[in-house]
Amino acid sequence: MKSRTIKVDYLARVEGEGKLYVKIKDNTVADVRFSVFEPPRFFEALLRGRRFTEAPDITARICGICPIAYQMSSSQAMESVCGVTVSGPLRDLRRLIYCGEWIESHALHIYMLHAPDFLGYEDAITMAKDHPDVVTQGLKLKKIGNELMVLLGGREIHSVNPRVGGFYKVPTKEDILRFVEPLQWALEASLETVRFTSTLSFPEFERDYEFVSLRHPDEYPITEGRIVSNKGIDISTDQFLDTFEEIHVPHSTSLQAKVKERDDYLAGPMARYCNNFDRLPEVAQKAAKEAGLSEVCTNPFKSIIVRSVETVFACHEALRIVKAYKAPDKPYVEVLPKAGVGHGCTEAPRGLLYHRYEIDDAGIIKDARIIPPTSQNQKAMEVDLRQFVQKNLDLTDEKLTWQCEQVIRNYDPCISCSCHFLKLDIKRD
Amino acid sequence: MAAVKKPKLAVWKFASCDGCQLSLLDCEDELLAIAEEVTIANFPEASRAVMKGPYDISLVEGSITTPHDEERIHKIRRMSKCLVTIGACATAGGIQALRNFADVNDFVSIVYANPAYIKTLNKSTPIADHVFVDFELRGCPINKYQLVEFISATLNGRKPNIGTHSVCMECKMKGNVCVMVSTGTPCLGPVTQMGCGALCPSYNRGCFGCFGPMESPNTKSLAAWFERLQVPSDDIVRMFRGFNAYAEPFRKESEAHEK
Repeated sequence: MKSRTIKVDYLARVEGEGKLYVKIKDNTVADVRFSVFEPPRFFEALLRGRRFTEAPDITARICGICPIAYQMSSSQAMESVCGVTVSGPLRDLRRLIYCGEWIESHALHIYMLHAPDFLGYEDAITMAKDHPDVVTQGLKLKKIGNELMVLLGGREIHSVNPRVGGFYKVPTKEDILRFVEPLQWALEASLETVRFTSTLSFPEFERDYEFVSLRHPDEYPITEGRIVSNKGIDISTDQFLDTFEEIHVPHSTSLQAKVKERDDYLAGPMARYCNNFDRLPEVAQKAAKEAGLSEVCTNPFKSIIVRSVETVFACHEALRIVKAYKAPDKPYVEVLPKAGVGHGCTEAPRGLLYHRYEIDDAGIIKDARIIPPTSQNQKAMEVDLRQFVQKNLDLTDEKLTWQCEQVIRNYDPCISCSCHFLKLDIKRD
Repeated sequence: MAAVKKPKLAVWKFASCDGCQLSLLDCEDELLAIAEEVTIANFPEASRAVMKGPYDISLVEGSITTPHDEERIHKIRRMSKCLVTIGACATAGGIQALRNFADVNDFVSIVYANPAYIKTLNKSTPIADHVFVDFELRGCPINKYQLVEFISATLNGRKPNIGTHSVCMECKMKGNVCVMVSTGTPCLGPVTQMGCGALCPSYNRGCFGCFGPMESPNTKSLAAWFERLQVPSDDIVRMFRGFNAYAEPFRKESEAHEK
């Protein structure tokens, strides 16, 4: 009996701490574990007893890469408990700051974390020596996303300005119009990004995913919508826990989610794209087609192209909001606490982010539940790994290890969110 | 002339959100220049390549919360010429230090179905509780320009020009109208260290203490002002119990108002 082990003890170019372990026995994958060893931080516990208005500031600290997603999902949940809807220009501003996060996070992943895999570099800094223009363009694009967050949030990471009900302060029309030119450049750069990523070479690998994302009657989903899948799910956000469940496995400090009556599912850019291709603006649809993507993409390695197409959308959407902006009369809608339960669901750059809170009459949080995208995707990552390794047993350990890491990086995992980090371990018997 | 060996920089993560180390990647205009001056020898969030120690500068993010991490920080200290903590988790224990005021077993069972799988310490503690720290960069998250200033000062053998005065002073220098005086909004600016550019008051809200206690914080006097503004004692406790809850001046003040 021949056994072989592939392992990575600390997965690089992902956010947080995770590791991989694959055991191969007699040319068959015997065991696959993607473990998160990020130390638990117990957010759901520490939120109890805090004011409902503190949830956006506290939950932002779950993730330094997608804090806006946390602020938006938690604010939405609190507003739903208290029976308030934020609409008009305030809603547009929320969408705009979220576009900033998508642009920043997608550019970071495409250029700094993912592209080096395809071009054979350890990191973007060494890649910059041979491809200075590519890296410089990526950094500039990323910076425009960050600048949008600075304008609307005060700083790049852990914005201080968003609040339950809207914002503490809204920008003037003049401040916002300053973004027209940079965003026009960003739109061009994102189209160039789609062209660049479509020229990379991709391992052959397809899988029949259940794609789960939001869907909105007339928008590509960011801040709201129903939760849908290509296999028949169509629910409102308050039904999340009836449809999905979380399992605690011994090898991970992150909980793994699945569809109750089925199995693993995929959230994130590929899911949003598949479920909402018809909601993309023409410029993004056209870019996708020219890049050779059909309306559904089932090769997870090509998520880098899908992420680029979504960046085109985010730049286009930000530009639309900026051009149409009229400052609202008040920076926020007054939200008075009311006892009850509320749900919030928005699309973080890396996928669906669900929050549920129970608060009392005084606005004190009694219970909190947060299901981040990376814990939803963890099971799908393990299935991808199992199938990918099985199909690529002829690769050397070195090559297989690198590609296994890539299988995880395809998801742009945010392990601090889910809890922990990546370490790859391939064992061959 | 012989080539000068570039100093080696390493980035380490403990319990945290990754935001402070992301600040290094957020230096879009400076990143490639920094990479010219230092060798990025260990920075898993950005690179697969890992070089062996010792390291000239180690940036440490996150707090100590597990038995394994309690040992790991000593190994890192031994490999590092200069060890710098970055952010509120590493310098004060972070928001996860709220467990320090409760029973951690209750926390575990609220979040996880099978608490037996979870290995955690009952307190989240700052790095300086475990090893000697050469310099602290405060903030939740850190200010990236303070990080660049620190790296640049270290490379040039000078002391970093980073203040320890209060957010309140920054706010005055910026010419903001005081939110506490004008709108009665409770603000931690007078007792919080500078570094954010008085961000919250500039956005019409009170400071909530991201940068932790300033060098000589008179928390007692500030809390008395909060009482005069009719802030209930529960809320005074919550204000001091934020991202720097376990920093001594904030911890003591919050405990003084606990019923």
